[in-house]
Amino acid sequence: MKSSAQPKPTAATPRPQDLPIVTAQMAKEHGLSPDEYARVQSILGREPNFTELGIFSVMWSEHCSYKSSRHFLSRLPTKADWVIQGPGENAGIIDIGDGQAAVFKMESHNHPSFIEPFQGAATGVGGILRDVFTMGARPIANLNALRFGALSHPKTRRLLSGVVAGIAHYGNCMGIPTVGGETNFHESYNGNILVNAMTVGLVDTDKIFYSRGAGVGQPVVYIGSKTGRDGIHGATMASAEFDDAAEEKRPTVQVGDPFVEKLLLEACLELMQSGTIISIQDMGAAGLTSSSVEIADKGGIGITLDLDNVPMRETAMTPYEIMLSESQERMLVILKPGSEDTARAIMDKWDIDFAVIGYTTAERQLCLNMYGSTWCDIPVPPLVDDAPKYVRPTAPTTVQPSLGEAAYPLPSGGFKAALETLIACPDLCSKRWLWEQYDTMVRGETVARPAQADAAIVRVPARDEKTPSYKALAMASDCTPRYCFADPKTGGAQAVAESWRNLVATGARPLAITDNMNFGNPERPEIMGQFADCIEGMRDACLALDYPVVSGNVSLYNETNGKGILPTPTIGGVGLIADYRRALTLDFKQEGDAVYLVGAFGTHLDQTLFAREIHALEKGPAPRVDLALERKTGEFILACAAQDGLLSACHDLSDGGLLCALTDMAMASLRYGNETPLGIALVSDLPHSAAFWFGEDQARYCVTTAQSGKMVAFAQEHGIPLTRIGTVVPHDMTLPDGSIVQVKTLKDLNERPLPDYMNK
Amino acid sequence: MQTVKILVFPGINREHDIAHAFTRIGNAKADFVWHKDSTIGKADMIVIPGGFSYGDYLRCGAMAANSPIIRDLKDQAAKGVPILGICNGFQILVETGLLAGALLRNNGLKFICKHVFMRAEGAADLFTANITKGDVLRVPIAHGEGNYYAAPDTVKHLNDSDLVAFRYCDANGAVTPESNPNGSVENIAGIFSDNRKILGMMPHPENAIDAFHGGTDGIRLFEGIAAALAA
Repeated sequence: MKSSAQPKPTAATPRPQDLPIVTAQMAKEHGLSPDEYARVQSILGREPNFTELGIFSVMWSEHCSYKSSRHFLSRLPTKADWVIQGPGENAGIIDIGDGQAAVFKMESHNHPSFIEPFQGAATGVGGILRDVFTMGARPIANLNALRFGALSHPKTRRLLSGVVAGIAHYGNCMGIPTVGGETNFHESYNGNILVNAMTVGLVDTDKIFYSRGAGVGQPVVYIGSKTGRDGIHGATMASAEFDDAAEEKRPTVQVGDPFVEKLLLEACLELMQSGTIISIQDMGAAGLTSSSVEIADKGGIGITLDLDNVPMRETAMTPYEIMLSESQERMLVILKPGSEDTARAIMDKWDIDFAVIGYTTAERQLCLNMYGSTWCDIPVPPLVDDAPKYVRPTAPTTVQPSLGEAAYPLPSGGFKAALETLIACPDLCSKRWLWEQYDTMVRGETVARPAQADAAIVRVPARDEKTPSYKALAMASDCTPRYCFADPKTGGAQAVAESWRNLVATGARPLAITDNMNFGNPERPEIMGQFADCIEGMRDACLALDYPVVSGNVSLYNETNGKGILPTPTIGGVGLIADYRRALTLDFKQEGDAVYLVGAFGTHLDQTLFAREIHALEKGPAPRVDLALERKTGEFILACAAQDGLLSACHDLSDGGLLCALTDMAMASLRYGNETPLGIALVSDLPHSAAFWFGEDQARYCVTTAQSGKMVAFAQEHGIPLTRIGTVVPHDMTLPDGSIVQVKTLKDLNERPLPDYMNK
Repeated sequence: MQTVKILVFPGINREHDIAHAFTRIGNAKADFVWHKDSTIGKADMIVIPGGFSYGDYLRCGAMAANSPIIRDLKDQAAKGVPILGICNGFQILVETGLLAGALLRNNGLKFICKHVFMRAEGAADLFTANITKGDVLRVPIAHGEGNYYAAPDTVKHLNDSDLVAFRYCDANGAVTPESNPNGSVENIAGIFSDNRKILGMMPHPENAIDAFHGGTDGIRLFEGIAAALAA
């Protein structure tokens, strides 16, 4: 049949009277509890219609309202002299001097990534990038914290492969280097992987944009991709547990287009220079609904939208679909009246859709018109202010007693066997297979890439590009979920402390964190107990280390068939390096350098990787976190870093303890493959216990120096324990029992597992 | 002062990196030319940087090669104006037909970003004034589709005429299968046009010009270009 003979399909124009009648059952299917639905009825004084129900359900979803977490999150310290913007805007902002600020946030895309790993992870990156450039910042770096199930789980290979390809696809195309992060594997994530994406941006302090500030009678402008039916109810999906039919939710996963986002980024930054913007908000979770409600709520105004003007890529869309769509790469902007033409011309240059879709009103209503009818007319404040807030019951968390050192002997193959097992285990093996798929160098400002230092280091160009600038930002993501499970309060504190320590180990002054709280079902008291206690631990650490929380995200319901993940409060930390030429990396640099342990001897083996990988034990308490000691030891490292040429390398002690840290430093000396590898000859009078070499006691570092005398004197002056461990030598590592192993052999053992697994 | 015109297609993302390299090392004036412009203007060299022009949808470089500014690029090429294309720029030059061959998906099917070694193979006054045949340079690559392919007679022509600019090699300069990161035929990393006025290459010398980049071998290319253009 010839196509010209076919009648054009004419979709019937949607009419409000054709919408389904709202019932209590329908409200439940939208994720509203009976109480919440009753509250909607009482706010409106009538039944909501279908469109209104959709809007209430997404605004009151866990994802948008933080209804289970707000009570506890309010415990976190959020202020410091250098904090320009704390939680509550699109991202946090800290002052880094010279009229410049760092803008950053971490956000989860866990549920979509499990259902469709490539697009789920890609749009996670796209979403967090928008959160940062919405504020006027140019993104300068991406990081990601990934948790997958056991390697033996049948889905892990596909999920890992898809997530990494998705992150690479989006970040590489955007031209933002992906410089760091972490990747762990544990069976608790078999049915709920975690994909936490972080973006760090740079903005001039006098050119920051906010979602607040809109007034009455101003045009509401839509820019970016056209709206389709993708991602409808994504926020609701992210607020429920999975069952075995999780993959059926695939249509709720959005599809990303990094090319459009790149254009949107450049177009927005140009628009921001034009002086036309009053307020701006990206359309993320719950799309046009949450962006318009946020702008209206923060501005103390109402919004009337003519949805006929929304750029659409499908026909006969209903207001319900338009308002709940999570189509990507879109922004909502409030313009100065009269500046529409200027703004439109900039969007035309970048081939980005531009549409005036409404105006702000004094009456605080959200009013939606389309196809000649009014589809929604509800008050704005209750959508936000009257959103449910729960103090969910918490069960006290308990800590198991220590099994004692005797439970963790060295394996029969001695130190060599233990070390070889550990450096090849999924958590410690090289993640090169992942990060070589990320463009780590675009923009030309990357000073330390993955595996070179404890944190990624990215140079900060001066405001005036002609002025030389040696400033750099250090950034890292950290969490040790097995500690958080064993002892949530200690684990929460440890996550913050390790983040702080990783930045210190590069010579950076840690400034602030973003937190991504990944937990199970908050309606279960034991999960809420983990959440509450992790927060308390984080609070203690933030206060002790002057390390406030400036942004964050909560992902709950990470459960499948009633089995929750390990509690995972991922901490994204940002610190400032005054001169990147003095930044510390972890690789052994020079034969003859002295190697020192900074801090106490290792004693703690419960919950270590040694216990898990060698003895298959995940029992007992997490290592103790002494925040005063952490601070004191870190300040000593920073004092050392400020001394010209005193330290030649620095690495914090964490997973795998002292021997694994030394091995990291040795392996990192092989950067391009053609150098002489550098190892270590140990001094002979050190303890031979597993606890000394593999214990994961906190507040410790390993450093190298060519100035031993000065180092010893400096440590004495500061009252810091310093123990000579050995000397940097070519080619080999001596182990505590005197056996010798080649650095190249260790490097090979460390590099092989992931490619071997992925190519299987 | 020399003027370098940098073509910017939507989705290009290393335009500032290359501009920085030319201004800092070449002491040149770097101007951006937007893809919707109809003419490039007077240039001592035209540069097409890396990125994902038009999202690299359809085929890398294919849409850029058909955008309005390309007509003038071809005119200027015919007049002998030097052209440098890096990464996506190389892919675009191949798609326009200004350079021979094609760039396919990496043989591992994954994007790869890492430092590689490349050996200088051929000479072109404009580009290699500061590089001697056989020199080994350490530079980064960052691409998903850098697998150079050309028909056997084209490869023979490139070899016979000394038009292969760089080949991937190991640290000692040996061209080996292990040092080939993407499956390129005969380890080819970059080629010249027949008149040696156009260079296309996949590696990124512009990201190897500062000690913190992990090496400064890229400086030699830009110093050589600056010297040649000034001569």
